[in-house]
Amino acid sequence: MTSNTTPAATGDSTRDPTVADSARDPATENAPHVALDGVEFGYTATPVVEDISLRIDPGEYVAVVGPNGSGKSTLLKLVLGLLRPDDGTARLFGEPAHRFDDGDRLGYVAQRASAAKAMPITVREVVKMGRYPHVGFGRLSGTDWAVVDRALETVGMAEFSDRRVTRLSGGQRQRAFIARALASEADLLVLDEPTVGVDAESVAAFYDLLGSLNDDGITVFLVEHDLGAVTEHADRVVCLNREVYFDGPADEFVESDALARAFGTAQSVTGGDV
Amino acid sequence: MSDSTVLQSSALDSLLAPLYFALDLWSAAMSWLGGATGLGLLEYGFMHRAILVGLCIGVMAPLIGTFLVHRQLALIGDALAHTAFAGVAVGLFLNAVIDLGVTPYVTAVVVAVIAALCIELISEVTDAYNDVSMAIVLSTGFALGTTLISLNAGGLTVSVDQYLFGNLSTVTAQSAAILLVLFAIVVGVVGLTRNQLLYVTFDETAAEVSGISVRWYNRLTVMLTALVVVGAMQIMGVILVAAMLVVPVAGASQVSRSFDESILVSVVLAELAVLGGIGVSYYAGVTAGGVIVLVAVALYIATVLAGKIQTALGEETTPEVEAIVDEGEPTGD
Repeated sequence: MTSNTTPAATGDSTRDPTVADSARDPATENAPHVALDGVEFGYTATPVVEDISLRIDPGEYVAVVGPNGSGKSTLLKLVLGLLRPDDGTARLFGEPAHRFDDGDRLGYVAQRASAAKAMPITVREVVKMGRYPHVGFGRLSGTDWAVVDRALETVGMAEFSDRRVTRLSGGQRQRAFIARALASEADLLVLDEPTVGVDAESVAAFYDLLGSLNDDGITVFLVEHDLGAVTEHADRVVCLNREVYFDGPADEFVESDALARAFGTAQSVTGGDV
Repeated sequence: MSDSTVLQSSALDSLLAPLYFALDLWSAAMSWLGGATGLGLLEYGFMHRAILVGLCIGVMAPLIGTFLVHRQLALIGDALAHTAFAGVAVGLFLNAVIDLGVTPYVTAVVVAVIAALCIELISEVTDAYNDVSMAIVLSTGFALGTTLISLNAGGLTVSVDQYLFGNLSTVTAQSAAILLVLFAIVVGVVGLTRNQLLYVTFDETAAEVSGISVRWYNRLTVMLTALVVVGAMQIMGVILVAAMLVVPVAGASQVSRSFDESILVSVVLAELAVLGGIGVSYYAGVTAGGVIVLVAVALYIATVLAGKIQTALGEETTPEVEAIVDEGEPTGD
């Protein structure tokens, strides 16, 4: 698939992320969850992101920040395999991202707007979808339902399980989608600006939840516009504006000038108003 | 009367033979019911078949319609119905020219499924279902149909009416048997893939991320729609067939909370419309298709009102939002 064998630029490079197509190889168990290598992508001739190399290992807590139009969402789509890079390679769990279909290893929480459908469906039915990759064409077993109910309890939505999703507030709806991602029992959680439209109290609780999930060994990768939240909670920050401006520990990010360079203006972390 | 098409086909009939037997059993049961209840409309064999066809439509149309309506694809049924009309015209034309000897419903299935795939492929290439491509397919189908029919004018115009507006009395044993086959395919496939279809309908991106091939399930959905449209065409007619895909589903989403409930309610509404419509049309001597749709719309209005009342009464029982559990234990075993 690729001839480019340069290891991903970030962090340790003890493993070669481009080990030959070894999708079903047990070795991929320990492959980096995400490995982008020299990725370039543009919807038109102008690239939206270029020369992105990024590697996320199991158990990391990584946040991507950047100004509007910096390619954050595009980067996320490349990671998920919804877009294919024009140049370079994108791998998920050691497989080419666009071909990856092992849905039970990957949980995804979209921006709230994307699923604001006015269809009749209850919270529990939404969370149940998280089990679909596990059951395929079959029905949910008792164990599956137990996982669904536990996910609802984890996000504090058990009382709402029979409520129609359209009758929820923005924060409650987002909790339901997080519960769906939890119900998939994924190794890697990918979240696209998960706290947009969520009340402040829920945001704080949400980050506590992400933290405890990460403590349990789940890899967290999120795109976030709230710089304060990111630097407070994430272990590692990737600052993006078409290219990677900074990639490293969150506390170093606060002290660096990457933010000013990426945003092109003086921007303070605490007063983040992007 | 029921065997007027026997002179046409042979191979198809021998394939459908077991279904003819089932139809005879159904007919006997209906006759008995007619005798027991004294309902005049149950005296006729064609009504037995029409009721059976109607009941099947009442299940499969809202079943597939649910997946269309919630993706803003309500009009795809209309587009496919018009292409199915082209398929009917192709069948009539081939029968007249090369004596193919196949009922136009079979050619309608073939043409409608091809058209469904075309709509889907256009939308994949242009990256969106757009009403322009839908309108083009719709008018192409109808234009092709009228052109082919006018090509071998004479004797055919009479039989075209039954496809345009539907007709209870022209439901032959063969077309009823074909409908049973379509019914089995649609219900079977939706039953098997309901999880995937629901996921794709509700959240396409998340479905794709979770490893479901959105493309293939979209293709599947439109092909099943084509089958439903052709099946329902014989009593609903080309022009009204889309209503059965849409109106009961719209009514159900007014009063349902859950997705499962909405499917159940839409089927109940559709069955009420079909049975009510057939009954009224028999006793009032009017076209069934139109009456069925009018009954369905009346039921829809009733559900809108019921939904309003439901909301007004069921308000303010909001449970407390619980705190997010701190030591989340999502990874069960």
